[in-house]
Amino acid sequence: MKGERKIRVLVAKPGLDGHDRGAKVISRGLRDAGMEVIYTGIRQTPEQIAATAVQEGVDVVGLSCLSGAHNHLFPRVVEALNEKKAGDIPVFGGGIIPVDDIPGLKKAGIREIFQPGTTIRDIVQFIEKIVQR
Amino acid sequence: MKARKDPKGELKRWEETILTKVLDRFPERRETFKTTSDIELKRVYTPLDLEGSDYFAQLGFPGEYPFTRGVQPTMYRGRFWTMRQYAGFATGEETNKRYRYLLDHGQTGLSMAFDLPTQIGYDSDHPLSVGEVGKVGVAIDTLADMETVFEGIPLEKVSSSMTINSTAAILLAMYIAVAEQQGVKPESLRGTVQNEILKEYVARGTYIFPPQESMRIVTDIFAFCKDHVPQWNTISISGYHMREAGCTAVQEVAFTLADGIAYVEAAIAAGMDVDSFASRLSFFFGCHNDFLEEIAKFRAARRLWARIMRERFGAKMDASCMLRFHTQTAGCTLIPQQPDNNIIRVTLQALSAVLGGTQSLHTNSRDEAYATPTQDSVTIALRTQQVIANETGVTDIVDPLAGSYAIETLTDEIEAKALEYIEKIDSMGGAVKAIESGFMQNEILNSAYAYQKAIEDKDLIIVGLNEFVAEEEPLRDILKIDPEVERYQKEKLARIKKERDSRQVKRDLETLREAAEGDGNIVPPVLDAVKAYATVGEISDVLRDVFGEYRES
Repeated sequence: MKGERKIRVLVAKPGLDGHDRGAKVISRGLRDAGMEVIYTGIRQTPEQIAATAVQEGVDVVGLSCLSGAHNHLFPRVVEALNEKKAGDIPVFGGGIIPVDDIPGLKKAGIREIFQPGTTIRDIVQFIEKIVQR
Repeated sequence: MKARKDPKGELKRWEETILTKVLDRFPERRETFKTTSDIELKRVYTPLDLEGSDYFAQLGFPGEYPFTRGVQPTMYRGRFWTMRQYAGFATGEETNKRYRYLLDHGQTGLSMAFDLPTQIGYDSDHPLSVGEVGKVGVAIDTLADMETVFEGIPLEKVSSSMTINSTAAILLAMYIAVAEQQGVKPESLRGTVQNEILKEYVARGTYIFPPQESMRIVTDIFAFCKDHVPQWNTISISGYHMREAGCTAVQEVAFTLADGIAYVEAAIAAGMDVDSFASRLSFFFGCHNDFLEEIAKFRAARRLWARIMRERFGAKMDASCMLRFHTQTAGCTLIPQQPDNNIIRVTLQALSAVLGGTQSLHTNSRDEAYATPTQDSVTIALRTQQVIANETGVTDIVDPLAGSYAIETLTDEIEAKALEYIEKIDSMGGAVKAIESGFMQNEILNSAYAYQKAIEDKDLIIVGLNEFVAEEEPLRDILKIDPEVERYQKEKLARIKKERDSRQVKRDLETLREAAEGDGNIVPPVLDAVKAYATVGEISDVLRDVFGEYRES
């Protein structure tokens, strides 16, 4: 393990939603699991999130949205990353997301959707698997 | 005559004989038992726990200072709490339909949910509104939308609560304007605007302006209502959202009352006499799973606020010392797994709010871990309240758990611990400073993280989540907001903008700017502007320009 770079994660809140408990608890949990976490704070546009992801050189982006705007916002983040030629950064999400919305989000390039009740452990495992180094 | 037994000696005897014998053979489930607020619970409470407690100082009678036992002398023997389901989604038309349905089914007050653009002062056609229009609440751009929401609902008969903060002055003005169209005078309107900006910085996130400027709008609303809408609750000082963000019961009481202190101080600093506005302050708490702790929490909050108002602010009127509150069951306790179990959680939470003496209640729906609830789910939630009110009998005795050794001890402990927090916040310079420094936010995050860890370590069992798990099909019958809502709303907005007198709007916005730049009350010019069909976004932009915008650090 020596000299190995820590996994860098961007946790982001796209849109106008201010419910940030999940984003903050996950950020702390990932840090405790040994990852480096940058949390954007609330009310970020997809373009801002993509720019931060590139600038910070993160390995993965996690999005949280509880307002129901995920079908618009999550795919926009993937698009914005593509526009910045950073489409290889995997994006996952969570929040209040109806089951029937998940296939569409995955088709749009979101790698995984986590629903309420997910453990931090599950997310750590997912990130470790998805980040290829 | 037999000699009276000595309680201390008797307890010791019981512990050393009966108890020890059982503990040797059957150890308890845990080493220690604690509430969510980390209050260590005794195995059994006895008269010893209340030794030296002065009934009249600590409890008194219902409807009497310090109101531990309730704010009214008869409580639910007189009338039940207001059953008030938070609702609103999509358009004015859809929301109007849901409101009429709820009123037809015995709901007794309205509670208005707005979409995020309305709450943050953007019109439906703003670039940041894309994807958010009509989600989590109804989209309101102009007075025309508000007219649709309340069509056929007589505003002199219902009381309406509006969950609106940064843009509270605008939505309150629209409500007054709709009432005037119905021929209802402002002085006969009953209801509440949340108008509670401090907790938005801490937990909910719909702030626009910096704290000082926001506090000025809050107190402008106090002053306006005092003179023109005297039956209106001018603020709902809210612990709910901080609780949802993860704080404990003790922190909820402490942070809510600390915010309350800041509002009272701001109003006094703005030149108002404490007894002229304090009786219109109202509160809003969550109701979590820990049944007994929650009941004690409500009672402790009432007593502590009464003491703060009398001792700290010298309030003379009893009404100024009454903590009247709305309760919502805890959304954060609902899970998508085995969603029908959520009905049971909500029932128990609602029961503890009633035993705690709430004035109004929202019961959550079973499907809220998935989406905004369907009509069927909301109906079950409303029926839950009706069953508690009409079938359980708990409403026939005022404050029925008073005198319970356990409840009274917990009430005392919560009050004492909350007061410790408030003193700490005082020493930081008050709630505004404590928020600016991130103190409350950090405390809440620590508690939220501890809660999550407790679940993951199975220290806390949540049925269907980390124990008693079952394979199941996810809930699919949920409410979907038609994406067409956004287009419809934008078209309506464009039409209104074309039809209105734009020169009048311009003049009204200019008058508003002058009031905001000076020290005039902003509510009257906002009222003129909404009557001219100025939009939520236009009015907010004027204020953004004058007050600036807050950015989370």
